[in-house]
Amino acid sequence: MKIQQLSLFLENKPGRLAEPCRLLAEAGINIRTLSLADTQQFGILRMVVSDWERASSLLKDAGYACKATEVLAVEVPDRPGGLAAILEMFESSSVNIEYMYAFPFGRLDKAVLIFRFDDPDKAIERLQSAGINVLAGVDIYNGGHPA
Amino acid sequence: MIDIRPATAPIFHPASAQDYVPPLLLRALQLRRLQNVVRRAYQHVELFRSRMQERGLRPEDIRSLEDISRLPFTVKTDLRDTYPFGLFASPMQDVVRLHASSGTTGKPIVVAYTREDVEVWTNAMVRTLASCGIGAGDVVQNAYGYGLFTGGLGAHYGAEAIGATVIPISGGNTDRQIMVLKDLGVTAICCTPSYFVHLIERARELGVDLRDLALRVGVFGAEPWTDSMRRHIESNSRIHAYDIYGLSEITGPGVASECGCQDGLHIFEDHFYPEIIDPATGETLPEGEEGELVLTTLSKVAMPILRYRTRDVTAFLSGPCPCGRTLRRIRRISRRSDDMFIIRGVNVFPSQVEAALLAVEGTLPHYLIVLTREKGLDRMEVQVEVTPEVFSDKIGALEELQDRLVRELDNVLGIRAEVRLVEPHTIQRSEGKARRLIDRRHMAD
Repeated sequence: MKIQQLSLFLENKPGRLAEPCRLLAEAGINIRTLSLADTQQFGILRMVVSDWERASSLLKDAGYACKATEVLAVEVPDRPGGLAAILEMFESSSVNIEYMYAFPFGRLDKAVLIFRFDDPDKAIERLQSAGINVLAGVDIYNGGHPA
Repeated sequence: MIDIRPATAPIFHPASAQDYVPPLLLRALQLRRLQNVVRRAYQHVELFRSRMQERGLRPEDIRSLEDISRLPFTVKTDLRDTYPFGLFASPMQDVVRLHASSGTTGKPIVVAYTREDVEVWTNAMVRTLASCGIGAGDVVQNAYGYGLFTGGLGAHYGAEAIGATVIPISGGNTDRQIMVLKDLGVTAICCTPSYFVHLIERARELGVDLRDLALRVGVFGAEPWTDSMRRHIESNSRIHAYDIYGLSEITGPGVASECGCQDGLHIFEDHFYPEIIDPATGETLPEGEEGELVLTTLSKVAMPILRYRTRDVTAFLSGPCPCGRTLRRIRRISRRSDDMFIIRGVNVFPSQVEAALLAVEGTLPHYLIVLTREKGLDRMEVQVEVTPEVFSDKIGALEELQDRLVRELDNVLGIRAEVRLVEPHTIQRSEGKARRLIDRRHMAD
């Protein structure tokens, strides 16, 4: 259920993003999705890749501050209000969404979103009891085409 | 040519007579005072007595000025280790003033003055100001900080004693400084040179050209500065900019001062005996060679200091000064023999920065201190490598880390530094001692 996302510290300078991407490309690791959060001085590159363990050791060896975090990939109906329904679910709950971003490959009628919850286990419980599909890591790592 | 208004008629203050004493008489006076101060230190201060005893030295062994080299050195940590009263040679009832300066680990260094000590200090500041061409009739804006820092009160007492009108404005509040400069007929200002550069620029923004004011003299100290900075100041404000030197451990401002020749600083050596040593070996260097300045307080009562290692690097200038003063001159202080730096008048050691980083992060990250100067104001940036231990995938957590580092640095140093988080392994490692400091403040001069 839980997916390993890699986070990378980058300085906010020209060319900083290209370097780790090139490193992963040369190792044949595919970046499934990524999001970049930044301030004026620095940024955090968050990504889901095809082989997170290999990617993690590769990046660490290259000297990056790199961290694996558990996130959830959630299938949301691809229509107006699809996301709002999920967000509302957590508004009144004790589980907090730290951040989220979109996953580009979903099925035609579904969108996939990556959520970082402060308590992913509780979040899974809530999502599933509401009948929302939480995707398995293997699907996401392999291309985001859930069976 | 730099456009500087002519100096007023030379002012001679009676206190300055001591600046022109024939060298032979001066040496005799120094020897007598040295013998007195050594005896006093030996009798009243445990640290000096035990160190002299270790060397089998008694006060009566000091028979000539050359014998001073047999005395042990005193270093900054001695003042810290004996905090707060360990080096006092007078009972508190004889002490009329305490000052304090920052120490290497946040603990301040306390210095004490008897009434006589304040008089000697005032005398030295009168001679300093007179040597910068200030006298009765001048209006002195004293923008050195008042308080535990010796700059404010030192300059204040001297300026009052010389018969000038003193405006005790203290540091900060730049717009008010400019209003006072303009409206109160100020003819002389005391502050750090970098602050004055800032004043020039801020005044320009406010539509005030300092060249149009009555201001004619600047007495600048508490931090090292360069001749190119002097040219910048003099051409942009039409004042004579003088360098003065002093340190709290010895007395405060008033240890040495430039004269009208602006070629080296005369040490008021009838009160503060100078030596230049090799910082590595401690050996006295031949006249003219560059080394570390060592000072002995010849007249101090409450807190005599023997052979204090200032860590300031300079050299004696040879030959007589055209101004006629017989006091020896040292070259402007260009650098330190340790890694201390001065920012906005505050002494900072990289070890203090390390202590702050360690307190926040638990382990010491690689870091680099970068000093720059913008609009005459010193900026201090601490670049800190993000370690896997402190890295978080949340922006908020990293920003909070940044904030905590800024607060802790402020806590330890008493000044605000900027913190920049940088990627691991981006700060250059050098073999042996890591380079912890890049000072770019003089590059823009």
